[in-house]
Amino acid sequence: MTPTNTAERLLPGDRRRIGKQIVLPWSKSLEICIGSIRTRLGRSIVTLLGIVLAIAFLMSILTSQALIDNLRSQDNEHINLLLAQDAGVDVHDATSLDHKHQQDMWLLTLSMLVAFVGIVNSMLMSVTERFREIGTMKCLGALDAFIIRLFFIESTIQGVVGTLIGIPIGFLMTYLRNGVTFGFGTFHYGPLLGRTALNLTICLIVGTVLAIIAAWWPARVAARMQPVEAMRVEE
Amino acid sequence: MSKQTKQPSQQQIVQTEAPVAVATPSAQHAIVRSRNVKKIYVMGAEKVEALRGISLEICQGEYISIMGPSGSGKSTFFNMIGGLDKPSEGQVFIDEVDIAQLDAYELAWLRCRKIGYIFQTFNLIPVMSALENVTLPMIFGGMTTDEARDKGAALLAKVGLGTRLRHRPFELSGGQQQRVAIARSLANDPAIILADEPTGNLDLKTGTEIIEILKQMNKEMNVTIITATHDHKMLAASDRVIWIRDGRVEKIQNREDLKIEVGKIDGESL
Repeated sequence: MTPTNTAERLLPGDRRRIGKQIVLPWSKSLEICIGSIRTRLGRSIVTLLGIVLAIAFLMSILTSQALIDNLRSQDNEHINLLLAQDAGVDVHDATSLDHKHQQDMWLLTLSMLVAFVGIVNSMLMSVTERFREIGTMKCLGALDAFIIRLFFIESTIQGVVGTLIGIPIGFLMTYLRNGVTFGFGTFHYGPLLGRTALNLTICLIVGTVLAIIAAWWPARVAARMQPVEAMRVEE
Repeated sequence: MSKQTKQPSQQQIVQTEAPVAVATPSAQHAIVRSRNVKKIYVMGAEKVEALRGISLEICQGEYISIMGPSGSGKSTFFNMIGGLDKPSEGQVFIDEVDIAQLDAYELAWLRCRKIGYIFQTFNLIPVMSALENVTLPMIFGGMTTDEARDKGAALLAKVGLGTRLRHRPFELSGGQQQRVAIARSLANDPAIILADEPTGNLDLKTGTEIIEILKQMNKEMNVTIITATHDHKMLAASDRVIWIRDGRVEKIQNREDLKIEVGKIDGESL
């Protein structure tokens, strides 16, 4: 330990050394983010709900497709009739199936966009709410990169948690509804399991990536905030 | 081939320019020096001169108050001393380093290690406990968690909050929050503590206590304290008071001169 305040002189030419001297370990970043989510639970839940709904919808559509494909592949007289009646699917008409698929994709894209805008909005508000906190952190020596990292971690956590809640909701709702219509015993569970695992992976990736991309702009806004902001007195 | 010959010489430069441990030469070491500092804001076609050339020196270990009406340029100057703003003309040296020459990393380093900040609104991080608030600058500065915890606890004990390490800011009174902020400002043994209206949101009694703590830290740790304030209690504790008006230094009063005038100042304000 150096005994005096002026023991370390900052001289020009130390740039690389100084860059490495200011640190924020990942474990500490994670701790701060979890604390932040817990303290601002209300806002976090709003962001979370956006992701939960989007992913539940995605999983629901994917599961519905999986179930109908599953039934269609059985080519059973009785099931084909049910499919035509209840799901509007003509097993032998490939173009109508394609059309329905396209409609689904369009709906999915739209809902993902809406969720995306929702997350961006809620994160931007959380940035403006925290201007003083961010300014203070910068006064304490935080680099822009720390602030960006904190927002990305927070968003990733929300993305993953939201996705993990959304997946079972979307799956169960669709599975139960179709199970009631067609009978739970009619599905071939072997292939269905593989298909569901694939859908689950898609949802996890989409949910997480969505949350991370949505955090990009708010994180930049936050990182650009000047330390002087901490001095502002008015609320 | 030319690259190979260049490399050793570059290394040498880095070595010679690395920070050198120098003991404080004397109490008169100028920790902050401003030379003809001007700040010009351009608003549309109009140019507003917030600072019209301020030159002064602040010595290591001094307790300085900067006074001035709002709009005098006091805040602008104060922010510059704190490395939060850069002058349009002239130079500000903090510990002999021209802040205009520093890049983002170096400024962050300066804020982390050289300057402690205290705010009117306390500005504790709401999601962290008192101890975590105090240790955050230490973590930024590269200290291990254990070291930081011990030092943080010691600092909090020093400001009289040894039993409230785990409290969150909202569980503390204003005075207690400001004490945590003082402990936090001391986290990395800064050369300067910059306090912006530290008693502005506190009642008379609590404000006096905060000033006493600041004065005590100033004496014990030889840390330079610079405050911007309207609070006349603050003046009595100061070694020097710098009055700023219309972007210029109006007058600088030493403590000896102050004592005579304190009554008059109070009389004027009441």
